[in-house]
Amino acid sequence: MGESINESMNEKIVLKYDVDSNDFTRAGEASSNVKRRLKLLGVDPDIVRKVAISLYEGEINMVIHSYGGTIEVIISPEEIEMILTDRGPGIEDIELAMQAGYSTAPDNIRNLGFGAGMGLPNMKKYSDEFHIESTVGVGTTVRMRVFIPKE
Amino acid sequence: MTVKEIKEALGARFICGEEFQDREVHSACGSDMMSDVLAFMKEKSVLLTGLCNPQVIRTAEMMDVVCIVFVRGKMPDETMIEMAKEREIVLLSTGHRMFSACGILYEKGLRGGAPANG
Repeated sequence: MGESINESMNEKIVLKYDVDSNDFTRAGEASSNVKRRLKLLGVDPDIVRKVAISLYEGEINMVIHSYGGTIEVIISPEEIEMILTDRGPGIEDIELAMQAGYSTAPDNIRNLGFGAGMGLPNMKKYSDEFHIESTVGVGTTVRMRVFIPKE
Repeated sequence: MTVKEIKEALGARFICGEEFQDREVHSACGSDMMSDVLAFMKEKSVLLTGLCNPQVIRTAEMMDVVCIVFVRGKMPDETMIEMAKEREIVLLSTGHRMFSACGILYEKGLRGGAPANG
């Protein structure tokens, strides 16, 4: 935050955010900022939505499951790249975690409207490239790309 | 359908965003699961929900939701109202339960998205 909003889309813009675990009131602030930023840059609304949803799901996942982490968003004229790195328990079986409806979120998270097991599938659905790596006991890194088609 | 028409059909009242009552809504989604909303909802929608926490506003923001209807007379707190105002999202509150509220809007011609497997 705090950067000028007058930048053009000619060069790369790098945005970085810290995400705290279990802070449900603030969860989504990073995604919200990125969305606003992209809008101001005049990025196509469909692209902005794809980025916003994938990033928000990722951010929520970090709040629910990790011990905290960082989000890095790199905006260039061709694409928006999102790198979400967390410290946490990691994911034992990624294939299982990717299945729609599979969730390890506790009941208190379900009461908040999340934990339906749609987070990772949604991230994959809305991004053009999706890559996840996880080490049990260390943490998880998700890389996503959304391409900006040439007009 | 406009926000105003939704408000009248549901006998709802404005919590905020009255100035945007002429905005058009093209489809609707009724859910307490925000993950499902993020998975299936269309743009320019109205979201009907019985869930009342800041993540409802955030989810609506990500999906470009025009209007949120809180069913069963639920009332968002000041933080949520402020968030909605900043994002120009209309908040309505109706005494109807979820099923009835959705039914009333369906009868007025509003539709949801395509089936998940369709």
